[in-house]
Amino acid sequence: MGERAPGFETLAIHAGAAPDAATGARATPIYQTTSFVFDDVDHAASLFGLQAFGNIYSRLGNPTNAVLEERVAALEGGTAALAVASGHAAEFLVFHTLLQPGDEFVAANKLYGGSINQFNHSYKNFGWNVVWADADDPASFEAAITPKTKAIFIESIANPGGVIVDIAAIAAIAKRHNIPLIVDNTMASPYLIRPFEFGADIVVHSATKFLGGHGNSIGGVIVDGGTFNFGGDDRYPMLSKPRPEYGGMVLGETFGNFGFAIACRVLGLRDLGPALSPFNAFMLLTGIETLPLRMQRHSDNALAVAEHLAGHGKVSWVSYPGLTSDRYHNLAKQYCPKGAGAVFTFGLKGGYEAGVKLVSNLKLFSHLANIGDTRSLVIHPASTTHRQLTDEQKVKAGAGPEVVRLSVGLEDKADLIDDLNQALDAA
Amino acid sequence: MDHDNYSNDYIRGILQTVKTIALVGASQNPARPSWIVMKYLADKGYDVIPINPGLAGKELLGKTVYARLADIPHPVDMVEIFRNSEAAGPITDEALSLDPLPKVIWMQLSVRNDEAAKRAENKGVQVVMNRCPKIEFGRISGEISWQGINSRMLSSKKPVLAGKGFQKLSLNRPR
Repeated sequence: MGERAPGFETLAIHAGAAPDAATGARATPIYQTTSFVFDDVDHAASLFGLQAFGNIYSRLGNPTNAVLEERVAALEGGTAALAVASGHAAEFLVFHTLLQPGDEFVAANKLYGGSINQFNHSYKNFGWNVVWADADDPASFEAAITPKTKAIFIESIANPGGVIVDIAAIAAIAKRHNIPLIVDNTMASPYLIRPFEFGADIVVHSATKFLGGHGNSIGGVIVDGGTFNFGGDDRYPMLSKPRPEYGGMVLGETFGNFGFAIACRVLGLRDLGPALSPFNAFMLLTGIETLPLRMQRHSDNALAVAEHLAGHGKVSWVSYPGLTSDRYHNLAKQYCPKGAGAVFTFGLKGGYEAGVKLVSNLKLFSHLANIGDTRSLVIHPASTTHRQLTDEQKVKAGAGPEVVRLSVGLEDKADLIDDLNQALDAA
Repeated sequence: MDHDNYSNDYIRGILQTVKTIALVGASQNPARPSWIVMKYLADKGYDVIPINPGLAGKELLGKTVYARLADIPHPVDMVEIFRNSEAAGPITDEALSLDPLPKVIWMQLSVRNDEAAKRAENKGVQVVMNRCPKIEFGRISGEISWQGINSRMLSSKKPVLAGKGFQKLSLNRPR
């Protein structure tokens, strides 16, 4: 291998995945085992003491999962990664590593509904207090920062679709206040946006979506950008203080620019336990090999469908940053010139009733609560994912009664447009 | 020599050539990075000689600790500096007064002293700065990938087991 940095398409196939050292297997083997034999007693002690590289027990690490970790780290341009059971688990371990009870973090108000619930409710039990900021207004993040703020959390392309966040502007605020910026890059995937290039410090993924891409496996990934210095003061004790469970080791010092990923593994994953199954890691890895091809096709199809809907008589508005008229189009050109992703929302003139009818009448689009599948997906948030919110909250969250969300798949775009036409006619 | 970017071949060549390593700034605390690196390199078969004036005469991981480089009663191939960048200057000069000269002066991750490096290179001594030999061994052998760390190494060749079990890899992977 020369010293020239390999291209994204090459990394998507090769990063982390040399032939198996023991058998020569070329595809990454599924190491479906709980535990690994130690070479000898001294080796076991070294592994438990974090003094040697190696495998102990699949809750802490697994060779199949490790390939996924290195693959995503390489694609994002990070120093290391940790694969976990779901995107939610990834967020949980990140905040567990950064926050102590009573701490705060600032989060964009346009996020996946599950993240909003997690932050508003579950995290309160740990004394982790979310402070909401306006995803469209970087200054609102700065205004929300207090001495207790330990992190900023945003999505690159934000739910419920069609929103591009100004990552660099928010990263500049995070840097000014010496706070790490966490970016959920699920909707963009590193093919469209690599947040580290815009100043992010930590990236999280629901690998369930575009990384895996086939709607068959739940998984999450944490990527360490290696850019944030967690030492120097006492704000991040998980990284900057001696850890009694590891003989007084200071993880941030010992593991340097991949210390955050290691801390998420040896403190968070070890003690809280949301390990990814090696089988799921294998499925996600197989998906990632075609990520560049799929993301381009997702984006191209989504643009064609969005353009069609924008001209349809029963559609009141379309929110897709790929459209030249869209309010986020300039940000899309800056952050994701190859395409604006697969997911977007549009409004029906017929309101709530028309939304319910549309999802019932579609024949190719599947009515379900996921995104990032090869198949095209549709949901009417007001009657499903956002049902529990008040009407006012629904509108604020971009899930008003007339709103329909699409995750455009990889089918022939003419068939998708035909399907939407016939369902709109019937609505 | 570009001390911001070392080629994998340069690092691999050094790690495959040296056998005896004097580790300046050795610690007896197993939670300290210098202890961990000494243990790791010793496990890989290097003869690591700990240097620390405060521990002189004691044993560390079965090896006698010396106060300074000049006290080592035999030649060393590499001097690994586990001190700060400023201290790396005089330690480099001590290393350069050894006879025979070491082949390599290696400054640990976060340690960099360009003037000292120049003095060493003027005498034909190879220099590595701001790198950890444990990380570099792990990267080039493939071991570090087990921890999900971005090794920045792509290969269609099988990593080579070092023997003595399945959890140790060697540097002899075909390129």
